[in-house]
Amino acid sequence: MQVSELEELEQTALQAVAAAGDPAALDEVRVGYLGKKGQLTLQLKQLGSLPPEERPAAGQAINRVKQTVQQAIEVRQQVLQDRLLDAQLEQDAIDVTLPGRGSPPGGLHPVTRTMKRIERLFTPLGFTVVEGPEIEDDYHNFEALNIPAHHPARAMHDTFYFDAHTLLRTHTSPVQVRVMEAHQPPLRIIAPGRVYRCDSDLTHTPMFHQVEGLLIDEQVSFANLKGMLNEFLHRFFERDDLRVRFRPSYFPFTEPSAEVDIQCVMCSGSGCRVCGQSGWLEVLGCGMVHPKVFEYAGIDNERYTGLAFGMGVERLAMLRYGVNDLRLFFENDMAFLRQFN
Amino acid sequence: MKFSEQWLREWVDPPVSTEELVEQLTMAGLEVDSVEPAGAAATDVVVGEVLSVEPHPDADKLRVCRVDAGQEQALQIVCGAPNVAAGGKYPLALVGACLPGDLKIKKSKLRGVESHGMLCSARELGMGEDHQGLLELPGGAATGSRVQELLGLDDCMIEVDLTPNRGDCLGVEGIAREVGALTRCPVTSIAIDPVPEAIPDRFDIDVQAPEACPRYLGRVIRGIDPGVTTPMWMQERLRRSGLRSIDPVVDVTNYVLLELGQPMHAFDLGRLSGGICVRHAREGEELTLLDGRSVSLDSDTLVIADHDKTLAIAGIMGGIDSGISKTTTDLFLECAWFSPEVIAGRARNYAMHTDSSHRFERGVDFELQHRAMQRATRLLQEVTGGQAGPVIEVVAAAQLPGREPVTLRNDRIGRVLGMVPEPGEVTDILERLGMQVKTTDAGWEVTPPSFRFDIAIEADLVEEVGRVYGYDRLPSCSLTGTLTMQAASGSTVSIDRLSEALVDQGYQEAITYSFVDPALQSVLSPDCQPVSLANPISSELADMRTSLWPGLLMALQQNRKRQVSRLRLFEHGLRFRTQDNEIMQDYVIGGVLVGSRYPEHWGGHSAPVDFYDVRSHVEMLLSLADKTQHCQIVHGSHPALHPGQTAVIKLNDREAGWLGRIHPAIAGNHDLDPETFLFELEVDALKNTELVQFQAISRYPSIRRDLAMVVDSELPAGDLQSAVTELGGELLRDMVIFDVYQGEGIETGRKSIAFGLILQDSSRTLTDEDVEAVVTRVTDGLRGKFGAQLRE
Repeated sequence: MQVSELEELEQTALQAVAAAGDPAALDEVRVGYLGKKGQLTLQLKQLGSLPPEERPAAGQAINRVKQTVQQAIEVRQQVLQDRLLDAQLEQDAIDVTLPGRGSPPGGLHPVTRTMKRIERLFTPLGFTVVEGPEIEDDYHNFEALNIPAHHPARAMHDTFYFDAHTLLRTHTSPVQVRVMEAHQPPLRIIAPGRVYRCDSDLTHTPMFHQVEGLLIDEQVSFANLKGMLNEFLHRFFERDDLRVRFRPSYFPFTEPSAEVDIQCVMCSGSGCRVCGQSGWLEVLGCGMVHPKVFEYAGIDNERYTGLAFGMGVERLAMLRYGVNDLRLFFENDMAFLRQFN
Repeated sequence: MKFSEQWLREWVDPPVSTEELVEQLTMAGLEVDSVEPAGAAATDVVVGEVLSVEPHPDADKLRVCRVDAGQEQALQIVCGAPNVAAGGKYPLALVGACLPGDLKIKKSKLRGVESHGMLCSARELGMGEDHQGLLELPGGAATGSRVQELLGLDDCMIEVDLTPNRGDCLGVEGIAREVGALTRCPVTSIAIDPVPEAIPDRFDIDVQAPEACPRYLGRVIRGIDPGVTTPMWMQERLRRSGLRSIDPVVDVTNYVLLELGQPMHAFDLGRLSGGICVRHAREGEELTLLDGRSVSLDSDTLVIADHDKTLAIAGIMGGIDSGISKTTTDLFLECAWFSPEVIAGRARNYAMHTDSSHRFERGVDFELQHRAMQRATRLLQEVTGGQAGPVIEVVAAAQLPGREPVTLRNDRIGRVLGMVPEPGEVTDILERLGMQVKTTDAGWEVTPPSFRFDIAIEADLVEEVGRVYGYDRLPSCSLTGTLTMQAASGSTVSIDRLSEALVDQGYQEAITYSFVDPALQSVLSPDCQPVSLANPISSELADMRTSLWPGLLMALQQNRKRQVSRLRLFEHGLRFRTQDNEIMQDYVIGGVLVGSRYPEHWGGHSAPVDFYDVRSHVEMLLSLADKTQHCQIVHGSHPALHPGQTAVIKLNDREAGWLGRIHPAIAGNHDLDPETFLFELEVDALKNTELVQFQAISRYPSIRRDLAMVVDSELPAGDLQSAVTELGGELLRDMVIFDVYQGEGIETGRKSIAFGLILQDSSRTLTDEDVEAVVTRVTDGLRGKFGAQLRE
């Protein structure tokens, strides 16, 4: 074969490769030139008919052409594959801005969230979470807390009764009593839960939540009470500059007793409707456990002192989330509940 | 306790502003609730004397008055008040005066007649709500003088929210003592000069219950003038303390109550017979009280009686028949000390609460009665005249409360408060509070005064020291203590975990009242004996819930009204049931779901939820719990649920909960979607799990064989599943039902259940023979047990 013929064959082959529009056509081209009966293969087979001295050069030339065509086919193959993939990808394209499938999660009630938040702040200090019955007896709700029958403090608790001795707990403090009955000091507990008072108006619901705390140990003082609750309020409201004041008060089961006010979180203390223009909001009641309460529980007043505190969860939730109507917490309106998810 | 600042400052006048005074009271535990001005700060209001009153030519209700305002010429004032009279003195707002409500007084014409000012009612001066007529000023008031000064309107009404332990502050004197102690200012007691007896008249007093009434003072006063009115200054003080003026005698006893804290009572002497008798009531004795109510007394109640009849409930309220009337001229004045235990709770038993009972049940100073009696007599004489007889006292000294010294240790103060003030300061604080203080080696011996009923033990004194020293001055320090790790059980499931699982399934947590409507509850769980409140807040909240469902369904209904159609709510809390006369309080978790399985989506319509959704949620909760418990969800029957779509959850064969579709009749009656699904489970049944014990993982391939068995259509799939699990033996790793079919190709009354058996051995690759043996065992077993046939 003449050199020019070989060159022509090469050109035709390369043109055929370039003209192949899909992998099948390209494969046909490959078979036509490089297959068992392909034109270039035939050329190699015909080498034997050449004089021996021409064979190496002719063989080299044919192999070179074969390689060129082979390479051209591979390149073309890649191009065709890429083109196919591109088409596929284009076909697969979707509108990613459409919403996804499935249900969104629900959420916890803001009162629960608030209780959990309180628990999370106290448990690292060694407080364990304890619960107690909601239908209580007079003894645990009142008497063992130094509120005997006819005590004027009972008028502060509008109690729901079932009979003369059975009632809905008016505070979570009876849990204190039950813990002291069952365990020896040192004790560190918090008791979250539902409490009930027979009162219903704009600012009272007949059921609400409290978290009660009790710490009994050998070296516990009012200074610790102040320190701990100060810290708690700063952490709870996430404001280190929050002003806190302890104001003397009276609870039959603590002495000394205090009510704790924080600087109004709505007006920062300048006076508004929420704080009744006083600049202060009452958020906690607390004190050192009354010796009578220890006596009832059989705890040695000389060896141990205790501190106790109680807080209204709804009140804290209202202040933290800016909720302006207590009753919303128990209407379970999805438009309200969903806001806290 | 509400009082006038002016009145207080007559007793003790610390050099501080009203604001500072209020702050100090609050920070000493006498929380000030409100401070209001006693009257408007009206400067141009003077005492006007009406010289003449003429009818208005063009208006029936108006009068034209000539009023002397202390100026050269009398002013012409048009007035519409019914009580205006010539010779009367009234507040006159001059032209230019500014009254509350931004009312500016200008020269004006009323129906054509000129008016140069306005005669005022009490309300127009910001002195309460009285707008019946003009405020009548005392005849002695200097015409033209400023009303502001005459009435001392530059005063504040301070309301203190007293805690029940501070009965001693239920009078101006008590507040004054406290202010004196806090500000270190001297307290000037008002001079009480005894009123000597002018007449010898006595009235017998027989105290039959000396333990309840250790001291009883009585005094006859004759010849009072029933026609007088209470002087303006006294009326004003009563008003500023929150009491209305009633009649001069009652006003005087109320004045003493407010001033000294001693409740008193005046009887109409003419209506008493024989003598006074202080005794316990006879059971069922009737008495008509001053407020007109009739009560039937019990023997627990102390009464004041005469020889014929019951006169009053001691220390609580007088009877109407022996009370003062407009014609009373002769009085019997009572000033007694009743033991707090005898009064406490009694007023509430009769649904009453009076100023008197409020004080007696908190404790009145038992050494106050003579002073109070003299004070009242003196005031009465000043107001109504009359002649007083001797003060008759019946006293059982041994029954009066004692005041024992209380030991206060220095180191105890330190242990409780976290610091000890200078010993001198402690002594000073206690002495300022009226205590007798003796210093000892360890601290002090302190005897409280007769007016304090809240000082009996050391802690009471520690509190006083801390309170007066100032809580804000006490140290504040973080907790210290031994650090011990808390238990962290690996075998409990927290309620938080269960809640989170439901939240992830789209449930929103609800909190509903624990008391529910008995009507709804009796429909949902007629078989449970509820616990009923004796004093519910309303009849719709009268029974404690026996299940979470009533509350959740009501919440669902409310949301439906607000057009929420797809809803999942859950709640956890106690449910209350009576069982064998015992109240059971079980902790449960429950939920309700309704609407489409998924929220509306562009990709296709979602079917509404069905039983298998709620079941999957229950299974999810159960999967968190102990897997060693034998757990079954089987057909059951519950009054709240659709009879064909109800399941009971059994753990170790014990009923632990329910799930299903709401009964269509209940849905219809309560405006609920009939495709509402419910569940409730005992949390205790879910609380425990087991600590994981690792099992070796098989390295050999598993083999799956699918079978379809035709069984009676009545056969629960659960039964088939348990049987397969049992028949499968130890090679059976898992069994999954992948199809249930009824219809063409299956004879009527039968169904095909198709399931896959997944087989695996831990030590070798299974052979065909192994697999065949299991399949044969299963098919043969099912054939024998249920008449099951292999589907062709």
